[in-house]
Amino acid sequence: MANGITRETIDNEDIDIDFVDKIVKSGADRIRTCIQCGTCSSVCPSGRRTAFRTRELIRKALLGLKDEVLSSPDLWLCSTCYTCLERCPRQIKVTDAIIIMRNMAVDNGFMLPQHKKASQKLLSTGHAVPIDDANKEIRKDLGLDEIPPTTHANKKALDQVQEIMKRTGFKELIEGVKKEDD
Amino acid sequence: MSEAQTYSFFLGCVMPNRFPNLEASIRLVLPKLGINLEDLDGASCCPAPGVIRSFDEPTWLALASRNLALAEMTGHDIITGCNGCYGTFKEALAEIREHPARLKEVQKVFKGMGLKYSGKVEAKHIIEVIAELGPEVIKKKVTKPLQGIKVGVHYGCHLLKPSKNRPWKQTQRHTFLDELVEATGAESTKYKDKNICCGAGGGVRGSQVALSVDIAKEKLDNLLEAEVDCLVNVCSFCHLQYETAQAQLNKELGEKKYQIPVIYYTQLLGLAMGLDPTELGLDKHVINTQPLLDKILG
Repeated sequence: MANGITRETIDNEDIDIDFVDKIVKSGADRIRTCIQCGTCSSVCPSGRRTAFRTRELIRKALLGLKDEVLSSPDLWLCSTCYTCLERCPRQIKVTDAIIIMRNMAVDNGFMLPQHKKASQKLLSTGHAVPIDDANKEIRKDLGLDEIPPTTHANKKALDQVQEIMKRTGFKELIEGVKKEDD
Repeated sequence: MSEAQTYSFFLGCVMPNRFPNLEASIRLVLPKLGINLEDLDGASCCPAPGVIRSFDEPTWLALASRNLALAEMTGHDIITGCNGCYGTFKEALAEIREHPARLKEVQKVFKGMGLKYSGKVEAKHIIEVIAELGPEVIKKKVTKPLQGIKVGVHYGCHLLKPSKNRPWKQTQRHTFLDELVEATGAESTKYKDKNICCGAGGGVRGSQVALSVDIAKEKLDNLLEAEVDCLVNVCSFCHLQYETAQAQLNKELGEKKYQIPVIYYTQLLGLAMGLDPTELGLDKHVINTQPLLDKILG
């Protein structure tokens, strides 16, 4: 067609019939009751200024368009404000569904570089936003401990946090090191 | 309040590592209200509900449970001044209470670590325990009423939602924070779209900066129109967002259009209690608080 605009056709092989089941099983149990009313999109602060449409995301998920949903940049425009979840007339846990799909996306290798970086900081320091020199100075100025009494000041605690992230597989997930049995 | 309450003070990341001035104001003001804070030694990131929970939910649940377990072992409930951390703890507790298998899963991860956890600990927000005292008690603490100060109140999302798992009255229009602000003598000003998200959560601040700042800008424009003297918030991440977004917008514009002081509730209350602005960390803001202080201190 003209100007490279083509009719969007959904092929049978694009449909993963198990996709919705997995979302439901992970906790977004009422998602199938969606009536596509669009309340979610109309209250979305990201949707006000981008082409992100929550309703579209939910519809695609219901159709089982797994690859399209999981690779979609839209999935990462949600600020998790929970307004859609509060207003949904079908009481669908919309925000939870988005978080579930994000977990699936990461599991399928879709992770933004900035998010990988924050995860690496968590892995190495126990904090997604660790202390820096400027704030150590400010803390001292304020009469607070220069190093906050968190994993920053407690090596044993940091070891424990790191061990937990090893046991849950987060270290492998972020650092891309394959488990031995893979 | 006859008896002092003691809580395990959970700091999180943004408060101690980016805005320690908020931490200082909490540590200064809460004991004066009869609320004692004990450090939660060795706590980590909550971890962040919009990012880490989005990447690997079981890791989020395990680390959140570890922080909750540290508090549970001290025998005190956990308390935080960040809506994000509050959301994480409220959601993590609901998850293990509704699904005992998830608690078992967490306990399995903790095996051999000396972490005892049953999920009986409660998670509180700083503003929740202040709201429990109530505006009348707060009024009695005020020695220097902030008459004539117009405040734009910002609740933040995770303080209120999901509403099914929050302690507040079931309503779309909350007033408890407005009442606590007005207890200081200041006026909570009506402004457009008061309940809109700050735009920082969900990993948006980290990965979609332009979108994130644009969401913040909407509220900032509405606050400028309402001619407020300051924005008052109760979340270190919303605080970061409104401070840094204003600086960024000014840089892009090449003029200092956005100069709304961003004040944490305990800083506002501290001023009304006649406490020293420097001790409240008010000289450590990104957006200069001096115009507000001049108006208050005269």
